[in-house]
Amino acid sequence: MCATRPEVPADRQGIAVLDAEEIRRALTRIAHEILERTHGGAGIVLLGIPTRGVPLARRLAARIGDFEGLAVPCGSLDVTMHRDDLRLRPARALGRTELPAQGVDGKTVVLVDDVLYSGRTVRAALDALTDLGRPRAVQLAVLVDRGHRELPIRADYVGKNLPTSQREVVRVLLAEVDGADAVLIGGDGRRR
Amino acid sequence: MSAAGAAGSAQWLIRGARIAAAGAAGSAGAAGAADILLSGGVIAAVGSGLGRAGVRVLDAGGLIALPGLVDLHAHLREPGREDAETVETGTMAAALGGYTAVHAMANTEPVADTAGVVEQVWRLGRAAGHCDVQPVGAVSAGLAGARLAELGTMADSAARVRVFSDDGRCVADPLLMRRALEYVKAFDGVIAQHAQDPRLTEGAQLNEGEVSGRLGLAGWPAVAEEAIVARDCLLAAHVGSALHVCHVSTAGSAEIIRWAKSKGWPVTAEVTPHHLLLTDDLAAGYDPVFKVNPPLRTAADVAELRRALADGTIDCVATDHAPHPAEAKETAWPEAAPGMIGLETALRAVQRAMVDTGLLDWGGVADRMSARPARIGRLAGHGGPLEAGRPANLTLYDPAAPAAAVTHGASKSRNTPFAGMELPGRVVATFLRGVPTVLDGMPA
Amino acid sequence: MKRHLISAADLSRADALLVLDTAEELAGLADRPIKKLPTLRGRTVVNLFFEDSTRTRISFEAAAKRLSADVINFSAKGSSVAKGESLKDTALTLEAMGADAVVIRHGASGAAHRLAGWVRGSVVNAGDGTHEHPTQALLDAFTIRRRLHGGTRGAGLDGVRVTIVGDVLHSRVARSNVLLLSALGAEVTLAAPPTLLPLAVESWPCSVRYDLDGELPKSDVVMMLRVQTERMTAAYFPSVREYSRRYGLDAARMARLPGHAIVMHPGPMNRGVEIAAEVADSARSTVVEQVANGVTIRMAVLYLLLGGTGFPEVAR
Repeated sequence: MCATRPEVPADRQGIAVLDAEEIRRALTRIAHEILERTHGGAGIVLLGIPTRGVPLARRLAARIGDFEGLAVPCGSLDVTMHRDDLRLRPARALGRTELPAQGVDGKTVVLVDDVLYSGRTVRAALDALTDLGRPRAVQLAVLVDRGHRELPIRADYVGKNLPTSQREVVRVLLAEVDGADAVLIGGDGRRR
Repeated sequence: MSAAGAAGSAQWLIRGARIAAAGAAGSAGAAGAADILLSGGVIAAVGSGLGRAGVRVLDAGGLIALPGLVDLHAHLREPGREDAETVETGTMAAALGGYTAVHAMANTEPVADTAGVVEQVWRLGRAAGHCDVQPVGAVSAGLAGARLAELGTMADSAARVRVFSDDGRCVADPLLMRRALEYVKAFDGVIAQHAQDPRLTEGAQLNEGEVSGRLGLAGWPAVAEEAIVARDCLLAAHVGSALHVCHVSTAGSAEIIRWAKSKGWPVTAEVTPHHLLLTDDLAAGYDPVFKVNPPLRTAADVAELRRALADGTIDCVATDHAPHPAEAKETAWPEAAPGMIGLETALRAVQRAMVDTGLLDWGGVADRMSARPARIGRLAGHGGPLEAGRPANLTLYDPAAPAAAVTHGASKSRNTPFAGMELPGRVVATFLRGVPTVLDGMPA
Repeated sequence: MKRHLISAADLSRADALLVLDTAEELAGLADRPIKKLPTLRGRTVVNLFFEDSTRTRISFEAAAKRLSADVINFSAKGSSVAKGESLKDTALTLEAMGADAVVIRHGASGAAHRLAGWVRGSVVNAGDGTHEHPTQALLDAFTIRRRLHGGTRGAGLDGVRVTIVGDVLHSRVARSNVLLLSALGAEVTLAAPPTLLPLAVESWPCSVRYDLDGELPKSDVVMMLRVQTERMTAAYFPSVREYSRRYGLDAARMARLPGHAIVMHPGPMNRGVEIAAEVADSARSTVVEQVANGVTIRMAVLYLLLGGTGFPEVAR
């Protein structure tokens, strides 16, 4: 979504289920897991899905760089043009797609997003990725998995499993975008 | 529908109408209520308590009685463009608008430049019987602007043409205009000019101004009208013959005519209802219903035209009723035909523009829409006043009828710029030589 | 929410920036192995061209196809329109064919307006008479922003001095550019002989000068308009030679431009009349990239009009 969110204090948006410290630890763990499962991060590319997947991907790339001294190529993949729900609302503004210079052909692409829910965003990301090249493999890292999948999609790396009801809203706040780190659950009675 | 003026037509008593008198020293206004007795095609008496047996009564309480309106400028399209209008439908529309006489312009197909065509149009008018049709003869053969048409023969014909016009086109050649003005002196004729310099208006679409520049439509500059008006006023003075200026549309033209009249020159002028109400910004949606020749102009022009009609510089209102079939208007603007219908809405439009604004009273309306046009057209029998002995041509109008949307009428065409707009008033009845052509706002 | 793009005046500054920013995101498509996005799959775009214009028609066609839309080309020659079918009947035919968008180029000012009243789909004005050509102005603004501001997203053209030279009176490109560039904050100046300026041009959001040379050292952008030599017979100027001498951009005039200044032309060019060959081919000339940018901008416009339920309301 293109609209910038107005600044709302955390207590109005819901209760915090992860604070900044827990988020930091979760990202550290995910970075280690990525290194384990990709044989030390060889040939990987991190692509964040805008908006908040992008700073998460950069943070993961930084941690991997700290642990292994490895410069992991990092970029962004906007999925707006491949969404399956475009015709329900006025046209959305596009996010940025920036691939690292090495491209994605033959690489292990790790898609990074803040919340995994129905799986449709990731499906769109897979379609967008297919038009950009042919990765050797695609994996998925998310900060929060809140369940309620509508497509056969699963994450390889999960920061926190968060069982939710469909009436609840999960909001991820990140310092780069929102000024602070937190994961909040609130309710507004509508399925997003 | 019986032919108008049949002897032995019913006697009518019009009870309690306010008579609009066009006084010589300006308008005397609408006097108190009076009864009008019509008998044998003339006004038998005007007074009070005129009731008698065997008379049909029309209760005219609250209504204004005007002498039957006279239009100096309408296009009835027959012969040749009967898809747009016929003399039958056009004169019915005229009667519904309160008119008892209409001048039919000559740009038909074939052009009315011979006795044959003008007599045909005259006969069609008599056969239809809704109002008197006075054919206008062309000034130049075929409207080509090269040589004079047979003006004398048309004047001598059964149609007794006195007004000559190439309307639709301008008589641009100054020599031809001079000759035409001179020639018609022999039979008290008048040349009615459509003032539009052709070289300054090639491909013109809309008044040249801020709106035309913004919309990308070629401009029709005011000077193209004013230059011809000035020239023709000077020519009319020089040869001592009568000039009538059709559809004055600019403030500058009104000022030139005021100057010419101040010199005592034989110049008369008309203005259309749409030029008294509408401005060029209406073209912003590119709807060609607002395309007309001369074009709609600015608010300053509208204000000056109203003032000029009020002070008599402009002598009369003439509709320039110009019907077009739907396909001529349902196109892009530059390809659309120019013209607006106006016979049925004229009186209501004049009420909105002139009476409700306090610029003219009903006596003034009687003068500008009946007395003066009848005089300019040399039409005996029309123009009032509503006095005993005069032909019973009159119109009953309700100025207090609530403002209502303009809807489809009797004209075959629908190109009215007032579609959907609200105009006040309602024509209730029209009498042509004592025979009603319209009763209760409907064909009688 | 807008359904149509008929005039540059339809776009606020925020709307225009949305189009330019969207185009920036789509510009990279040309470098990818698969130059296609699925977004307008199943939509039908009709190119309704009553005037010959292969270049603009191909640009819209490429834009629509890159978004996976189906394209139907309707050109006036040899069609029912040439046989006298009215614009209205053509519009009703397109309705029956289920056109989601109609891109119209027509010789009459206001044709796009009229069409919008007769079809349910979106109407994109590809040039109507001497009225407007909004996608041309958008691609011109996009080109200026790329050349002078590196294509920075969200950036307007505030303070950029643009001089538009030539037959403004008959130019739909000029009208659209004056409206759009001034909405984006540029300072626009028109340079032309008085006969080629509309009567009430003082009411436009720009300055007017009769002397081109005085403007050159102050211009960041010079946009040359095509001059039709037929205008000579209607006495708009005495001869092509005099026009070229007083208002043509030759190498000497180009040398008087500031170092960063660019030269633009909507095409097609009259080489040797309003623009010298060496100027048209110089590094300052953006003529070639304007063509490429045209496809990108038209993709952005089609996406914003058709990709969702309509052009979004942009927060001011």
